[in-house]
Amino acid sequence: MSVASQDTAIRTGRITRTLIYVVLILFALFYMLPLYVMLVNSVKPLSEITGGGMMNLPEEFTLEPWFKAWSSAQIGVEPTGLAPYFWNSIKMVVPAVAVSTVLGALNGYVLTKWRFKYDTILFGLMLFACFIPFQIVLIPMARMLGLMGLAGTTWGLALVHVVYGIGFTTLYFRNYYAVFPTELIRAAQIDGAGFFQIFWRILLPSSGPIAVVSIIWQFTNIWNDFLFGASFAGADSQPMTVALNNLVQASHGVKEYNVHFAGAILAATPTLLVYIVAGRYFVRGLMAGSVKG
Amino acid sequence: MAHSANADFKTRLQNWIPKLVLSPSVAMMLVFVYGFILFSVYLSFTDSRLLPSFGWVGLENYSKLWRLSHWEVSIKNMGIFAALYIVICTTIGLGLAIFLDQKIRGEGLLRPIYLYPMALSFIVTGTAWKWFLDPGIGLENVMHSWGWESFEFRWIKDRNYAIYTVVLAAVWQTSGFVMAMFLAGLRGIDNEILKAAQMDGASNWNLYRRIIIPQLRPAFLSAFVILSHLAIKTFDLVIALTGGGPGRATELPATFMYSYTFSRNQMGIGAASATIMLMTIAAIMIPYLYSELREKR
Repeated sequence: MSVASQDTAIRTGRITRTLIYVVLILFALFYMLPLYVMLVNSVKPLSEITGGGMMNLPEEFTLEPWFKAWSSAQIGVEPTGLAPYFWNSIKMVVPAVAVSTVLGALNGYVLTKWRFKYDTILFGLMLFACFIPFQIVLIPMARMLGLMGLAGTTWGLALVHVVYGIGFTTLYFRNYYAVFPTELIRAAQIDGAGFFQIFWRILLPSSGPIAVVSIIWQFTNIWNDFLFGASFAGADSQPMTVALNNLVQASHGVKEYNVHFAGAILAATPTLLVYIVAGRYFVRGLMAGSVKG
Repeated sequence: MAHSANADFKTRLQNWIPKLVLSPSVAMMLVFVYGFILFSVYLSFTDSRLLPSFGWVGLENYSKLWRLSHWEVSIKNMGIFAALYIVICTTIGLGLAIFLDQKIRGEGLLRPIYLYPMALSFIVTGTAWKWFLDPGIGLENVMHSWGWESFEFRWIKDRNYAIYTVVLAAVWQTSGFVMAMFLAGLRGIDNEILKAAQMDGASNWNLYRRIIIPQLRPAFLSAFVILSHLAIKTFDLVIALTGGGPGRATELPATFMYSYTFSRNQMGIGAASATIMLMTIAAIMIPYLYSELREKR
């Protein structure tokens, strides 16, 4: 989106402006509230939380909940902490993001520069696939993963995320390449450059920004997925979100809220970091998925 | 002779390469999306329970489904949730966007704060709100410890109010995104028209009501489509926040489908509910995507 601040014609009085600032700041506090609650409570002993001090800064600072959430909290039946699940998520996310982005780039290239009959219909079908409620594919997907010998594996999950991510990656690259001058492609063709040469030498070097958008979008979406993880992962391939939910919902023993909060931050850290470092591209991805590209 | 045949083969290959490159994605889409949809829809007409089975039962699953009180609760909740979620997100999003558009100092700081929840997993959001709203340790307990002994806030434990906590958490997560959509729309409006209207003595209120907000129609449409499809797909948030409870008070179609298919071994009914979810989303998305793709021609 273009958010370059520009000259607004609206003029506002002093009182109105103050009111506007008050409202904007109140909302900022509302959005920060859960993050604040998670952060301060992840570094205090349990007794401070149960004693009514959820909103207070910690009296006694401790990193114990973090260590516990990472390496020794009870998840399911094993006291492994979230660490192994964190790596499960990484192992699932990296190949899924890479493959879906590469396929999206190639698809976008074909759909804009090598147009053929019915290509818009094909693209429409791919695009609609992004928005289906995934409940409609859960049952056959479980069967299919079983038939392919991928049931309960990280590879199986990665495959699922590639399949249902291609629509968005294709959308990004298609909209991006659509405005790339086709004359350059034709000129290269006349010079005898082939399909892949043109892609490699002409389009790819200028695809940096959209590749970042696609990678960030896919990374965030796949990392945050819960439905596929809960449906298709085996006990030792569960992603971080599923493990976090198991940690928080565990019905046995004392509820260690501070450990839950530390775990929640651990699960949120990768996507939050990406957002802090490259938020601009994340927002661009969000907008491209909703408003006209 | 041989040379020209070779060249001919090369051109033909060049013609086929684009289609070959596209074909794995198209094949995956046809099998994993549309093939699977057909399979699930087919299952909704069968007597499948624990495993898929192919005994045709016609519309029996659908008539059973609509007689289940569990499904009725899910649909009612969906109605309340979707209506409030869409209206509140749109109102907050539009309001914040208009306010942010008044040459606000610190806009560069506020915008990312409004938007960061979109980068979080619903499970994280659910966990944070679950404990913040929990009367035992959260807001209520905090107020008591601050000396407001009579303060009571136990919506999350109350069958009649729990669904509103789901609305609260969902609005928290997505309203910033809606703000960004409206802000992009506002920044695209031509200032000359506004200046002309101001010369004619239009008040700010009238400027927004008569000129600016009507021009945001595309943003309203996008927001509605995106929010309604998110509402129908809401699943993780409920699982993390309330687990569908207390009792069944916060069950939604997505959680209904999951529990009927995977824990209650009523796959036929689960598939029927998934089919209804798909139809609802298709009714909203297909016209939208159709018009978006057509406009570009």
